[in-house]
Amino acid sequence: MKSFVEEVAATPGGENIRACIQCGICTGTCPVANEMEYSPRGIIAMIRAGMRDEVLSSNSMWYCLSCYMCTVRCPRGVKPTEMAHALECLANQQGFKVKGTRTPAMYRSFVSSIKGNGRVHEFGTMFRYYLTTNPLAALKMLSVGLKLFLHKRLPLIPKRVKGKQDLSELIQKFGEIRGSQ
Amino acid sequence: MKYYSYFPGCSSEATAKGLGLSVQAIAKPLDMELMELEDWTCCGSTPYGSLDEREAILVAARNLALAEKTGLDLVTPCPSCFVTLYGANLHLKQHPQLMGEVNEALAVINLDYHGKVRVRQLIEVLFRDVTPEVIASKVKRPLNGLKVAPYYGCQMVRPDYGFDDPESPQSLDILVNNLGGEAVPYPLKNRCCGGSLIIPEEGLALSLIRKLLENAVENGAQCITTPCPLCQMNLDAYQGKVNSKFKTNYNLPVLFTSQLIGIALGIDPASLGLNTNIVSPSKVLDYISKVKQGVNSGT
Repeated sequence: MKSFVEEVAATPGGENIRACIQCGICTGTCPVANEMEYSPRGIIAMIRAGMRDEVLSSNSMWYCLSCYMCTVRCPRGVKPTEMAHALECLANQQGFKVKGTRTPAMYRSFVSSIKGNGRVHEFGTMFRYYLTTNPLAALKMLSVGLKLFLHKRLPLIPKRVKGKQDLSELIQKFGEIRGSQ
Repeated sequence: MKYYSYFPGCSSEATAKGLGLSVQAIAKPLDMELMELEDWTCCGSTPYGSLDEREAILVAARNLALAEKTGLDLVTPCPSCFVTLYGANLHLKQHPQLMGEVNEALAVINLDYHGKVRVRQLIEVLFRDVTPEVIASKVKRPLNGLKVAPYYGCQMVRPDYGFDDPESPQSLDILVNNLGGEAVPYPLKNRCCGGSLIIPEEGLALSLIRKLLENAVENGAQCITTPCPLCQMNLDAYQGKVNSKFKTNYNLPVLFTSQLIGIALGIDPASLGLNTNIVSPSKVLDYISKVKQGVNSGT
């Protein structure tokens, strides 16, 4: 059985985790580190200490804005942004329930829109997200949604894309290839 | 005329309609032929890569394979699509095993990919292929000193894929100045607007947006310009929410850089999708025309 640090290092984006020297530039740079359960630097230390469940059930990586500031500042090329994505993938694929963030639900709505339409249908994404989280919260979005709609920026019906069928077949085949390994 | 394979990105058809329209409008006058990639699908996207990175790379690869057949550079106006497509391309080239699996899957839809596509973002193409000097030579309606806060956001300059400085970028400043505008100092020019967390973590994103608006206004900006669909939506469509939450009174137009270029090229507002901007850009247009007529010496 792989250790947790090996598992992260084998996930796209997590390859450079062993290079970290715990300098903390990532945490000092991150615009949302204070919202996270554990800081970016702390998460890396925890991964190397084998704290698998604590890391994968934490909300930290789901706060990542993908601003890549830590990535350009890291003196060791660790790429903490991509590591956050790697941790999100592991947590998602292994069914970890995360408290204190609705971001996973939003991402799932987003991806299901891509799979269903071939392209992102923003209205459908938001509709599904509010339906699966808190339908009442959709009321808060009404003013912005209406403004976007009135400025012709929120089509209610997704555009028909020919490639949609291709995309489904492609994803299905890829799943089979990965499943057979 | 230079030819490119063109990847608009999903938002260019919806929440960033002004981006899609204005890019199409400025292409011909700048001698670019943007040939829309036939039957493109989502770039792969950051949220997809946060749930299943390998599958997101596969989704990107379909577009890369389509582009490879054209033999042209793949250009996108969306910095997020750029980072996704560029990153997937790089990852595939560095990981032959994944490239093999992706190709095995692509074969089902009669495509294959060999890693030959060059993925580029529109601002880089405007800067390196078209050049700011040539753009300046085509300006018909100079911005006449319009004070513009150049907002780069994140993914236009990070991770560092070799165009502009990730900490202190200059390309938009130079473009604005070449249009006859004045790029104001904007210390937060490359800081995050909150991105897609505006939906699940609205309060957090609104506080980031507020800082960006405040920083632009205190430096005298009459408008903000950005090439990024998500930054534009957050700063434009959520400006009202910032005002209610923080008891502020911002009324700052946020124009796509391609819209600002289009104005300077003398293209009509409708073709640039200026009617889709939520904070009306009319005061920007008024200012430019008044200065031109010599009625106003600038404020």
